[in-house]
Amino acid sequence: MTVDMSQFYQVFFDEAAELLAEKERLLLDVDVASPDPEDLDAIFRTAHSIKGGAATFGFNDITEVTHVLESLLDRIRKGEIPLTAEHVDAFLAAKDVLEMLINGHKNGAAVDREAVEQISKRLQALSALGAVHAAASPVESKAASAVQEAHTGNAASVPANVQHYRIELPETPQRDVDALASELGLLGHITQSLLEDQRTVFVLITEESVDDIVAICSFVLDADALKITNITPVIAAPSVSANEDPGYGFFEPLLTEIQKKEVADAAAEAAVQAAAHVESTERKQARRDSDKAAAGNAESSSIRVSIEKVDQLINLVGELVITQAMIEQRIGNLDPMLHEGLLNSVGQLTRNTHDLQEAVMSIRMMPMDYVFSRFPRMVRDMAGKLGKKIDFVTQGAATELDKGLIERIVDPLTHLVRNSVDHGIELPEVRRAAGKSEAGRLTLAASHQGGHIVIEVSDDGAGLNRDRILAKAVQQGLTVSDNMPDEDVWQLIFAPGFSTAEVVTDISGRGVGMDVVKRNITAMGGTVEIRSARGFGSTMRISLPLTLAILDGMSIKVGEEVYIVPLAYVIESLQPEKTELKEVAGQGRLIKVRDEYLPLIYLYEQFAINPRYADPSDGIVIIMGVDGKKAAIFVDSLVGQQQVVVKNLESNFRKVPGISGATILGDGGVSLIVDVSALMRSLG
Amino acid sequence: MQNNMHMSGSSEDVTGHEFLAFTLGAEEYGIDILKVQEIRGYESPTRIANAPEFIKGVMNLRGLIVPIVDMRIKFELGEANYDNLTVVIILNVGGRVVGMVVDSVSDVITLNPEQIKPAPAMTSALDTNYLIGLGTVDQRMLILVDIDKLMSSSEMGLTDELVA
Repeated sequence: MTVDMSQFYQVFFDEAAELLAEKERLLLDVDVASPDPEDLDAIFRTAHSIKGGAATFGFNDITEVTHVLESLLDRIRKGEIPLTAEHVDAFLAAKDVLEMLINGHKNGAAVDREAVEQISKRLQALSALGAVHAAASPVESKAASAVQEAHTGNAASVPANVQHYRIELPETPQRDVDALASELGLLGHITQSLLEDQRTVFVLITEESVDDIVAICSFVLDADALKITNITPVIAAPSVSANEDPGYGFFEPLLTEIQKKEVADAAAEAAVQAAAHVESTERKQARRDSDKAAAGNAESSSIRVSIEKVDQLINLVGELVITQAMIEQRIGNLDPMLHEGLLNSVGQLTRNTHDLQEAVMSIRMMPMDYVFSRFPRMVRDMAGKLGKKIDFVTQGAATELDKGLIERIVDPLTHLVRNSVDHGIELPEVRRAAGKSEAGRLTLAASHQGGHIVIEVSDDGAGLNRDRILAKAVQQGLTVSDNMPDEDVWQLIFAPGFSTAEVVTDISGRGVGMDVVKRNITAMGGTVEIRSARGFGSTMRISLPLTLAILDGMSIKVGEEVYIVPLAYVIESLQPEKTELKEVAGQGRLIKVRDEYLPLIYLYEQFAINPRYADPSDGIVIIMGVDGKKAAIFVDSLVGQQQVVVKNLESNFRKVPGISGATILGDGGVSLIVDVSALMRSLG
Repeated sequence: MQNNMHMSGSSEDVTGHEFLAFTLGAEEYGIDILKVQEIRGYESPTRIANAPEFIKGVMNLRGLIVPIVDMRIKFELGEANYDNLTVVIILNVGGRVVGMVVDSVSDVITLNPEQIKPAPAMTSALDTNYLIGLGTVDQRMLILVDIDKLMSSSEMGLTDELVA
């Protein structure tokens, strides 16, 4: 029976995408001069896993590229080829090609065959280059081995690093020596030599631990008779004669005693473990498996759940919270003396429900790392292209944000980071001339502040040029004055169409599509602020609500109806005097608030309600601000502030003009959320 | 005209279909029972500004925001008064949940295909396009409504224009 593999494609695509992202992160982190073997292993594993998956599903092009990549990585992690910056570049390029191939399979996107060809060649070339290195290395290590013998023991128990071991066998039949040599050869690179008394000495370069070596040897000979020493070269040393240097002989017996004990302990342990395995290869296999299991455990600590299921859960818990609020309301007028038990239980229920709600809401939360992780690569590439030096730093990558928001913040943030790299940070020469360090510093930081998340993109570059912005604004016909506060001047760059090509190159440039950035962030209920100092850099500060599902609202009353106004738009509320109200022919009604005339919207007219007060001086006027525009809304009274769970009206009904959504109040009734931006737009 | 039944897929099962019978004014109607999610008493919904009169507003149905339409107002049948006996039939049509106010719900009737006759024009307040036919049981006659079609029609204005 054949299984339709295509149903698993999506899983492979998702996994491959994750693996590639992981690979990129590791590559960018890796210290080329002295790579951490664990990182190299991890990079190798990502390539290996993608190859495995691709082969399973028959994506041969992906398999081919990953195969070349894997082989090269394998040699690097075994220490045969030293890692160079060139490798990292090639691997990053390979990652891009793989991403392209995967997209090709996933969405039928165009695939650049030439690039595939090129990367394979590039990797192969690097592999061939490395082979020359590899040939030389055993000789070096052998030479170093004798000298390094004194540096024994201490490193013997350190697992998983590439280590050099000198294994001195007792007198052993040649047949067993050969068998052992081939078994140990599976662990890594092995060389053989003879001592004066015809005993055999192996030098094994491996990342397996002493335990593994002992375990393998113990099938052939008595582990106690083995003498294993760690001779990993720590420092480059001149070669001394191949055999034991008498000068070190003084220390050797002591070390060997310790060594022997360690080996004996290890052997005992290994014997227990090995009892279950008949052959040494099996033991090795088992180790591989346990590695895999460990990796599997890390994976299974998270599960993939469709967002619909999570949203359903959130909805249900929202319901529970409302029901709980209703119960609480109902028992409010019970006699506390008579119903003490009931009241206590409900109190308990209240606490539990709130905890539950919090826990469920946190499911939708994702760490900012999801967004941040894509920037190091982008900054690296851009800086390389522009000839700039940039230290990229992220802070607070663990800060969590709603998944819906996190996906929408990517674009605006990319824009801001790109602007900082492109226009903010200066070229090394310019920086030096200005007395700054050559490498600019770009910081991406996220943190929670109250019910908001604050994301900052800061650079220590040139900063915004106030005069140029003002000049440009005048040219664009915007109303500006020379004594505007800096914050207001910076906000000008968000004006639609503010930037043109020559502005981008002339002024410090921030302006390419900044209006789009601002609009996107505002659409998410957030704000952008700019702080900038000439010559010292600038900071873009984005503030977002933690989630879209919950909104801070102000409930207002008009007639008998209660509406919710998003608190984010509310600037202030006041009771106007009759003298402050003006009617302008053709302009509608205006209200004078301090020195400003604001358009006044009568909510009862908009929503055809029978109001309690028909005159604004009897009721309350709320001043709203959207996109820097202000307007006043006249309502009967304010009811209070509360957090509300936003529900979609369109799921069962249709879009209603002037209404952005609905919510359920504590009494189980529905209240509509006023679409403030639409109301303001209706003013024209 | 609609000669055959076109309800949830097969019109071929001989066992017949079950219909929920309800009254609007003096007329008795029937709708496919499978479209009915539940029946509940009337609670005053939240009014929607500038909506047609027959859309009474939206209510909270266990967390769902559900629009409520009053068929008596829409089709000018009977008195649109609301008391303890006023009934809302919660329908699930085309993945949407809608509440429909009627005078009363009587019972569930099983009709065989041969008991359903094509509806002649001008049978009821409803356009024949929205009717499946007339069902007769004993002395009763039910006007069978294609509730899917009715509720998703632009006439009801319950969905955005673009939604099919």
